Amino acid sequence: MPDAVPVNSAAIEVRNLTKRYGAVTAVDNIGFAVGTGEFFGFLGPNGAGKTTTVRILTGVIEADNGVALLKGYRAGSLKAKQISGVVPEMANAYVDLSAWDNLMLMAEIYGVASSKAKERSQALLESLGLLERKDSLVKTYSKGMKQRLILGMALVSDPEVLFLDEPTSGLDVQSTRLIKDLLRSLNAGGKTIFLTTHDMDEANQLCDRVAIINKSKIIAIDAPEKLRMATSGRHSVEVSFTESVNPESLARLPGVKEFEKVGDKYRLYTDNPGKLVTTLVNYSSDAGLKIVTLNTLAPSLEDAFVALTGVEARHA
Amino acid sequence: MLELAAARQQFRRALVIAWKDIRIYYSKGPVIIFGVLFPIFLFLSFTIGRHLTADFIIPGLLGMILFFMATSISPIVMPWEAQARTLERLISCPVKPETIVMGDIIASFTFGAAISVVPVIIGLFMGITISNPLILALAIILAAICFAALGVIFSIPPTNIPATINMIATVVKFPVVFISGIFIPLSELPVWGQWIAYISPLTYFTDIARSYIQGQGYLPPAIDFAALIGFTAVFLLVAMYMHRKTMPMRI
Repeated sequence: MPDAVPVNSAAIEVRNLTKRYGAVTAVDNIGFAVGTGEFFGFLGPNGAGKTTTVRILTGVIEADNGVALLKGYRAGSLKAKQISGVVPEMANAYVDLSAWDNLMLMAEIYGVASSKAKERSQALLESLGLLERKDSLVKTYSKGMKQRLILGMALVSDPEVLFLDEPTSGLDVQSTRLIKDLLRSLNAGGKTIFLTTHDMDEANQLCDRVAIINKSKIIAIDAPEKLRMATSGRHSVEVSFTESVNPESLARLPGVKEFEKVGDKYRLYTDNPGKLVTTLVNYSSDAGLKIVTLNTLAPSLEDAFVALTGVEARHA
Repeated sequence: MLELAAARQQFRRALVIAWKDIRIYYSKGPVIIFGVLFPIFLFLSFTIGRHLTADFIIPGLLGMILFFMATSISPIVMPWEAQARTLERLISCPVKPETIVMGDIIASFTFGAAISVVPVIIGLFMGITISNPLILALAIILAAICFAALGVIFSIPPTNIPATINMIATVVKFPVVFISGIFIPLSELPVWGQWIAYISPLTYFTDIARSYIQGQGYLPPAIDFAALIGFTAVFLLVAMYMHRKTMPMRI
């Protein structure tokens, strides 16, 4: 199949993509488009088809059906690979080589000119906090350092599209934060980023849009905020008072759909949180109570995820 | 022209992969054990006490060391990379599967061709003469490519355990050494033994080495070269075609 010529501004375009392993359908007729410069999250429980999708997009495996294009080039073609940077799931650098040699190796394979490669590697190692250890063999690195290096290896060719498969899974806080900050600044600099994760917070903090994939199918694609807001019935108001109150009287307030005691607070679920706040303020002054805290809570992305997938997110 | 430029680019990248292999694998156990120690001990055990001349010993030693060395790392690179979790990254780079296989073959070839200098130098100290060093060098290069490609064929089954592949390789490599005219020259084999010898590419290299070191081969060198070229072509094609199929199964 010849490589298509780029025609539009979509960095990633996927249509009717299907991949089967024997009787198991790992990815079932999925489709989505990622705009140039977009930070796109691919969210789903383990085994949902996230890694299979990334592997098709990065040319590691071939799809059985459907179309996957990067900047108009067929995924898996040399041109598509040339413009991609990849951080595969559970990948490793060459542990018998130094960080510097790993970066140089990647630069040479991508055909980056030597002077450019050295300049970029120096800058990358610095921003990844690895400059001092650049000549140590990678086998002496901690997990977090290795993962930072792997991100550096994906960036040494200055790719237009960056794929990351669970890049912060199981990492220490410092490395996670460093990687997230770097991803944000790369995206601000115009790079298209495709990130798979099962971490709701991560998707929420980083992504312009997320696709939620479950059981091999995409069930929602939208901005994290919109996905949250679309999850009906999960808006709530959390309130606590200086003195104990009769829970029954709170539950009977107009607009309260559900009622729950959470620690020393009461959580009241409602369709109209704004109106309920007013009601609560009036209620407390009528009853002579003092409010300690009063918060409105929108549904979290986790709530949206649970509502959409029926999967308990903590185990995802 | 565009395709030629693309092919040259892939070849350059194959060299990068080969250089990576050389740096990583030269000191690994299998290379030293299966590439150097094994052939030397095997050879000594068959030659000591047999009052053989250097002219007879050196072509056999050369053939065996070249064969063992060139097939020592090419089988294990692929399972090793898959096990070390570096293979997925490599496949996602702008290289074809064939380029990765070619890189592994080039690395293996380099080891084989380089180590073959050792028995030649030993031979020169023992007083052998090489009637045409240039043709012998050509034969060494050709045979090193041939054996390196054979080594890569051993790693076609998509297991990610290097030891399993090494077992497969050993099961094939040992019989090959015994049927290739190294310990018993072709001329002394019965006819059925000769027919078995002809299915081994090592036979033809050993015969060339005997032609130019011992001064007498069994077959005309032109036939030996033609057979080696044929084996090399088939091994390269099979290695590339099959690895393209099995490489994604390792991930």
